Amino acid sequence: MAKPGLRERADDKTFRLFVLGFGLVAVALCAALAAELAWGSKLAWAKFGPAFFWSSRWNPVEEQFGALPFIYGTLVSSLLALLLSAPLGLGAAVFLAEIAPKRLAAALCFLIEILAAIPSVIIGMMGIFVLVPAVRWFEPFLIKYFGFLPLFAGTPYGVGMLSAGLILSVMMLPYITSISRELLLAVPQQMKEGMLALGSTRWEMLRKVSLPYARSGIIGAVFLALGRALGETMAVTMVIGNTPKISASLLDPAYTMSAVIANELAEATSDIYVHSLIAIALALFLITLVVNAGARLMVYRLSDGGGPQ
Amino acid sequence: MEIMDTPEETVIEIRGLCAGYGCGDSIRNVHIPLRKNRITAIIGPSGCGKSTLIRCVNRMHEECKSATVRGEVLLAGRNILDMDPVLLRRRVGMVFQRPNPFPSMSIHGNVAAGPVLNGMKKGAALDEIVETSLRQAALWDEVKDKLRQSAANLSGGQQQRLCIARALAVDPQVLLLDEPCSALDPIATARIEELLLELKNRLTIAIVTHNMQQAARVSDYTAFMLLGDLVEFGPTDMIFTNPSDSRTQDYITGRFG
Repeated sequence: MAKPGLRERADDKTFRLFVLGFGLVAVALCAALAAELAWGSKLAWAKFGPAFFWSSRWNPVEEQFGALPFIYGTLVSSLLALLLSAPLGLGAAVFLAEIAPKRLAAALCFLIEILAAIPSVIIGMMGIFVLVPAVRWFEPFLIKYFGFLPLFAGTPYGVGMLSAGLILSVMMLPYITSISRELLLAVPQQMKEGMLALGSTRWEMLRKVSLPYARSGIIGAVFLALGRALGETMAVTMVIGNTPKISASLLDPAYTMSAVIANELAEATSDIYVHSLIAIALALFLITLVVNAGARLMVYRLSDGGGPQ
Repeated sequence: MEIMDTPEETVIEIRGLCAGYGCGDSIRNVHIPLRKNRITAIIGPSGCGKSTLIRCVNRMHEECKSATVRGEVLLAGRNILDMDPVLLRRRVGMVFQRPNPFPSMSIHGNVAAGPVLNGMKKGAALDEIVETSLRQAALWDEVKDKLRQSAANLSGGQQQRLCIARALAVDPQVLLLDEPCSALDPIATARIEELLLELKNRLTIAIVTHNMQQAARVSDYTAFMLLGDLVEFGPTDMIFTNPSDSRTQDYITGRFG
């Protein structure tokens, strides 16, 4: 066979360069973004150094800035949402893929996908009018019965980490559910029948065949949803209480990285204030990058064990 | 070659079975006995309902949501349609058209899957079942050094024998095979056929095949189906040498199908 280079025509070469250009645009945009964020935050790095990441002081009047409360708020609210929405979303996916009658499944899937399309400000509004009063109503029960845990100690404000986690979990749910459902439907019928033919129940089939087969994809779906939760701004800002404070209690108000940028950038008067907010943006950018890279790595590692490569 | 003078026990009696999807029946009023320690072949052109028929015997047919089934399939005198499908399938095993080992499990794990479902724990007893089953499926010598490797790396023929070992590991009374060689080459096919002839000493076997030579080579009884009807059932040499129905004659001489 001739070498590919010998068979290559001029138009192939043009085409290759053309699409290479498109590919490079994505890389260039990403790099430009990182560079701009780094440049725009240089005063903060100069003044606070790496201590910016572990300082928890945020005092615009004294011009003292530290990102830790925001990093903490972002990570904890997203993890809380992950813990709530992953089992719920997966359970819903199993129901839709394996148990629900076809028509009901189609209708429910449609509704769940609509949920993903609702603008986050509307979800945030529902958060203020519905979720926060509800949380305020049941928080006294949490305090009464689980208050011995630092997690549930404190005052029932309504707004706070718990509300943020709940609202984020609502926003993550459609991603986890609809992708997991697709993955479960893609498990070959012959694999499932193989297990059923050995005398398994549907639950055993699901646990031993379908879920392992779809595992790496489901983890990918969860991390995709987590990526969305980390960057989610509007809905969280409306229910988290916007207080730059680290507290062990989920009932206390908190603040996230994206929320502080959205809330304070417009009124940041001094250069160092603006630079500190951009430094937070850079940190958020890096965290989402790490989470996504981690998700890729995990999917890549786990896909050795079976399932679609 | 055939010992016909011993009285033959019927393990499964299919009586007046109608089954289909949605409103129409794909098979109508089928009567077939499966005799103990015999191989019964079900032959017929594509779409004649032979797979549907065999899938009724372990109630896999009903896994399709629109499936319908009427009639009786008696296993030791009891209608399986009244039995718990999960328990039934531990007595009536199945091997499918395409080899379907579980890709996320090792070779050992695949064979052990059935016993583990029945509550067996890891240990020497389970290892012994795995070995016995793999030996019965004539696969042991080829895989004994790589039991912990993924089953996905085996060849198609090996995978299919693994699936047979997997089915044997739950110690079924009846083994159903749904065109088990249609995805295999002639050498792998010959090995499976050899294996079936050995296995019939301890099991009752029903095999769906579109390969008439295969039916003639391995089976003791043959059922010929056409468009959802059972045309003829009888000892294999009768069906192939002296069929009583002209449609059977036409099919086996290759005039259609």
